[in-house]
Amino acid sequence: MTQTRDPGLQPERTRLAWRRTTLTCTVVAVLAGKQAIDDDITAAGVTGAALSALVWVGFLAVGHRRIQALESPRPAALSLRGALLAAACTVALAGFAVAVVL
Amino acid sequence: MSDFVQSLRLWFAPQRIRDEGETPDYRFSLANERTFLAWIRTALALVGGGFAVDQFLPDLRWGVRVGLALALLGAGVLCALRAVNHWVRCERAMRRGEDLPVSRFPTVLSLAVAVVALAMVVVVVFGWAGR
Repeated sequence: MTQTRDPGLQPERTRLAWRRTTLTCTVVAVLAGKQAIDDDITAAGVTGAALSALVWVGFLAVGHRRIQALESPRPAALSLRGALLAAACTVALAGFAVAVVL
Repeated sequence: MSDFVQSLRLWFAPQRIRDEGETPDYRFSLANERTFLAWIRTALALVGGGFAVDQFLPDLRWGVRVGLALALLGAGVLCALRAVNHWVRCERAMRRGEDLPVSRFPTVLSLAVAVVALAMVVVVVFGWAGR
């Protein structure tokens, strides 16, 4: 086990990078949810908060799957679908922000 | 430009990446992935900045506040899309054994962030002086 492990700990570092990114996504999603339900609770606000929670769960799922794949000592490269989903979640959060700002 | 169209086609046909060249050392792919994630974090931070401008600077005039927020959010979206594009291009270059693609994007992004930061300073200082 120890000799198959990369001495540079690349899979671990990549796993931690996913964790950091998920954490950042959590902060942004919380900001989005707080912004959506600010003063008065409206149907649109609740929908926005629910959607941002959904986006957050999506990002969490992508990150979790990738973190599990990185458990192996020689993991395969990230799939294009994973990369696109992660970027799509970011764009979706930006879209909510635009909806809130305008 | 045709380069961009080519990589855009790769976005939707990921198996074509695997057709080309040979699989690089997994550590190179992981390093590429970490760079991608760092760009995604930058994008998320810009989006969070957009939310923060809207939420924590409520005394600004509507136009200024919306302009600043939209500039940050637009930069965030660009950053996320460009992260995928750059990741795909690096992955392909590594498979073909070519040089990694160079890009003007980091410079453009830094200049844009600097402009937004300056605008924010001006707006906050003069906004408070005016009251």
